[in-house]
Amino acid sequence: MTPLVRSMLLVFTASVIGSLGMAFLKMGSAHLTRSLWSFLNPKLLFGIALFLGSSVFYAWGIKDGQLSVLYPMVSLGYVWGLLWAKLFFNEALTKQKFMGLGLILLGVCFVGLGS
Amino acid sequence: MSTPATIALPQPERGARRTSILLVFTCTILGAAAQLLIKTGMSHFSPHWMALVTNVPLIAGYTLYGINTLLMVLALKNGEMSLLYPIIALTYVWTTLLSYTLLGEPSNIYKNVGIITIVLGVAVMGRRGNK
Repeated sequence: MTPLVRSMLLVFTASVIGSLGMAFLKMGSAHLTRSLWSFLNPKLLFGIALFLGSSVFYAWGIKDGQLSVLYPMVSLGYVWGLLWAKLFFNEALTKQKFMGLGLILLGVCFVGLGS
Repeated sequence: MSTPATIALPQPERGARRTSILLVFTCTILGAAAQLLIKTGMSHFSPHWMALVTNVPLIAGYTLYGINTLLMVLALKNGEMSLLYPIIALTYVWTTLLSYTLLGEPSNIYKNVGIITIVLGVAVMGRRGNK
């Protein structure tokens, strides 16, 4: 495995874990009450743990990789996020959301090219 | 007051949607500030504990990330994940602009086209009528 492929796999993994983290934050947010303690619910904590895990994979991935390729790859997480939103929360995936996401991904690729 | 085009969503739900989007918008600004602070902190990073607890930019950066996560949770409570999550990409816009102004990094056409396209994408996502 070349170093670039290895870096890409690590960043890819980070994007999947990070988007799952976001889904768990959403699940945990449903258990919030007026009490501050309700923030310490298992789903929310697991979501935060996934975020931390994701940042470890990300840092490991970009350590000796080409940022212009790896940077935009993180935004793949938004694509997985759409998938989880449909699967876990049955959210409507409208044409407008796909168009917006497409533009965002394109934009992030350009920012990556310029980095 | 309501026009025929906007009756699809009840009023309270529309308000909640706007609050969620505003919360995530705030998150993107705080997130960019956090990244910059962590970058600054890391430039004089030392693994000694005394150096770590006195590394104000690093501590401030991670604290901002913590606050960010709390705001994100509040936003997600009343908002759609498929709508709110991609808006976080605005962070790229703020970090690029901050790197121009504060770090003095040279501007280039790719980055400029990129941040304009991201802003357009977020505008499309957030437009009213997107349930």
